Amino acid sequence: MSSGIAVEKLHIAVVGPNGEPHDIVQDVSFNVAPGEVLALIGESGSGKTTIALALMGYTRAGCHIRSGSIKVGDVDVTALNTDALVALRGRKIAYVAQSAAAAFNPAHRLIDQVIETSVVSGTSRAVATKRAHRLFTDLALPDPERLGQRYPHEVSGGQLQRAIAAMALMTEPDVIIFDEPTTALDVTTQVEVLHAFRNAVRNHGTTAVYVSHDLAVVAQMADRIAVLRRGSLQEIGRTDVLLRAPSSAYTKGLLNAYMAAAPTDTQRGASPPERNSLLELQEVDAHYGGVRGVPALRDITMSLDAGTMLGVVGESGSGKSTLARVLTGVLPTARGTIRLDGKALAGSLEARSKDELRRIQLVTQSADTALNPAHSVRSILARPMVFYHGLSTSAANEHVPALLERVKLDPDLADRQPGQLSGGQKQRVNLARALAAEPAVLICDEVTAALDTVVGLAITDLLKDLQRSSGIAIIFISHDFRTVERVADEIAVMYAGQIVQLSKAAALNDPLCHPYTELLASSIPTLRTDWLDQLARDNLADDAADGRIADRRRGCSFYGRCDLAQPGHCDVAVPPLERNANGGLIRCVLNEQDFLRSQSVSSLSQKECRHG
Amino acid sequence: MSAVSISEPRRHRRLPLSAWVGLTIAGLWACVALLAPYAAPHDPGKILDQGPFALSSSTALLGTDYLGRDVLSRVIFGARFTFGLALLAALAASATGAALGIAAAVGRRWFDGIMSRTADGFISIPHLTFALIMVAAFGSSLPVLLALLATSYIPGAYRIARASAINVNATDFVQIARARGEGTFYLVFREILPNIVAPIVTDFGLRFIFAILLMSSLSFLGLGVQPPDADWGALTRENIEGIYTASLSVIVPAAAIGTLTISINMAIDGFFAPAASEVV
Repeated sequence: MSSGIAVEKLHIAVVGPNGEPHDIVQDVSFNVAPGEVLALIGESGSGKTTIALALMGYTRAGCHIRSGSIKVGDVDVTALNTDALVALRGRKIAYVAQSAAAAFNPAHRLIDQVIETSVVSGTSRAVATKRAHRLFTDLALPDPERLGQRYPHEVSGGQLQRAIAAMALMTEPDVIIFDEPTTALDVTTQVEVLHAFRNAVRNHGTTAVYVSHDLAVVAQMADRIAVLRRGSLQEIGRTDVLLRAPSSAYTKGLLNAYMAAAPTDTQRGASPPERNSLLELQEVDAHYGGVRGVPALRDITMSLDAGTMLGVVGESGSGKSTLARVLTGVLPTARGTIRLDGKALAGSLEARSKDELRRIQLVTQSADTALNPAHSVRSILARPMVFYHGLSTSAANEHVPALLERVKLDPDLADRQPGQLSGGQKQRVNLARALAAEPAVLICDEVTAALDTVVGLAITDLLKDLQRSSGIAIIFISHDFRTVERVADEIAVMYAGQIVQLSKAAALNDPLCHPYTELLASSIPTLRTDWLDQLARDNLADDAADGRIADRRRGCSFYGRCDLAQPGHCDVAVPPLERNANGGLIRCVLNEQDFLRSQSVSSLSQKECRHG
Repeated sequence: MSAVSISEPRRHRRLPLSAWVGLTIAGLWACVALLAPYAAPHDPGKILDQGPFALSSSTALLGTDYLGRDVLSRVIFGARFTFGLALLAALAASATGAALGIAAAVGRRWFDGIMSRTADGFISIPHLTFALIMVAAFGSSLPVLLALLATSYIPGAYRIARASAINVNATDFVQIARARGEGTFYLVFREILPNIVAPIVTDFGLRFIFAILLMSSLSFLGLGVQPPDADWGALTRENIEGIYTASLSVIVPAAAIGTLTISINMAIDGFFAPAASEVV
């Protein structure tokens, strides 16, 4: 039932401001055999989504297919009129979008949205519902019979992403297009979703096109990979061959950037000798919505030395960004003390002195919203100097070129508006603004999350340089375990507002890790194509969380998802942060023997995969 | 994730024809109001020889009113009241409303609460009812008119500014400025205001039109500008008898109100509506 795809000399053009057409996809040809999974990979702007959408005969506003042909089965998509395209889309070709949260209508139940295309094309409701339930089961969604009765906001992000895949599979399409379907998910969730997708595609024998920027994810999904850059095809080949022996220079570059992002022991500098701790947190709690509001941070105790980099990792909602807000004083502490250079800081912003504020600077995640679009780069960078150091505006302006050079930007950029900068440039300006204050502690909250691999790598290298050259202490917050492991000297792993592990970055390779650290580490895809198969996923987060819900205020916060959890032991008291044999601090009641024994059984294969 | 609307730097694009027409007419009325003493052929209070409700002639181009005064001159001087008073009132309303709205968005929750509930209270009173009460209490004079027009439109302007400012206030660059320790004044005027100018200016245009209409209504009821001065609403009212003799003295001030409000509306739509060429 499945049909192949043949794309022949495809050109897609966008009409420029002066009416001249300009090709954004040039001379792209490829074939996908029936039942095969092809990955389109490339950085943002490489045209991968544009091509994927063109397979459905769709181009975004302002673009058009200039020449070439796209055949799905026997049908030439480029030759179809609107009515024929409507009949094609959703029935023969289905599309899974990046953000399921945005793709579902929050006002309708899941089941009604999932079966909609089927019902519209004439299937009875009962038959369609039955089929939906079967798909939910195939996609490993919990409680398939009743899940459909929920509204989109009542299920988790990973479940929603699987539900949208079910929606796409409903009409038994010949071809399914996945457009970065796991990019918005946490690593632990990503694993489950990938697993479900791959099984579904295999079982149904569907031809699939998988769009992604992540080589490791693609390695798990695709039979073949097509590498794109600036709208033209760099190389196409079987997944294992391409990953082992890439032929184009660009693919080699991508693979190298990827390898650099993976940790190697030689890259991690020798940890500096013990110094006086610069920043100290003692039993800090914080709440959203007043003292009796939602607890967001619980019992945070840690310290940071001058000139070191502390990595903070965890899934979304684990309290990483809240920690940044508390340190800067935007969110007042509810309990505990924060000391800077031995001197206690006030819990709230207003009570801190200007100099205390100056010494802790924040760089936020999204460079797009971090810079005021109404100001020039010059005035953005000059302001902290005027504000903190009392310089006149003209004197501050004179320092701007030097500051731009410090973050390796062309001083000529000073007169631009943020809207005229690229994502990487914006993030550098964002960083330069924080440096303008001459801080002692720099908090980087997900600074590479919105950037391509290569650009993100350059930013983390820059941070590393700054740390070494100027002795700034850096708190590097990220959900990307791999990056943190590479750049940080010490790592704090956060879960549900608590630090569950605090240790030297090197110690993460030891078997003596918190179970949650293990889960995070084993969830990161590697370039090995058999990684997903080898990963024993008996601890799927959603299912576990559905089964055993612990009273979080009493027991260990990770109890519900823990492989090693012991009822009657772990769910009774909050475990303290205790030092283990390697000098790391771990919040787990299990003693070291238990750890070693269980890990030798359950996680040894995961370890090998990660470092393979 | 909710989309945060931050106005992009304005690109140069051609204004649609309707905006040019609107701008031209509104500009003409502004010139007329400014240059009234030079533009008017007669003193607005002078009674001509033609007698009341005379038809168009070479001395009185648009005829005379119910006392035999020159209609053209009276309409030209009326522009000063209608245009000037409404403009001042709308400026005052928008400036006050915007300042309070942004302050509420940036400031403490209790301040926002007090301001917003007060604004809600004011919005629930119909404008004309409010104006009638004010005139009944304080009598009708230019300062009272100005004050009542301005206060009528502050709550609406406050609402628009607050809603826009809350979006910008949640962005990272404002959070960073706040974490830097910047004061409220800096946050309001340097970080937030430049990003919400578009909705505030659009809103100002609408308030301006509403102010013209409310003031004309008041004057038509005899509660606005008092004789011998007259704005366009008062001119329509005092010459209402002329409607039976087809005198121009009724239709001209009414048409003046229409052209001014519609032209301002066209100009605003042209400035801030997305250009047709951007939607392909």
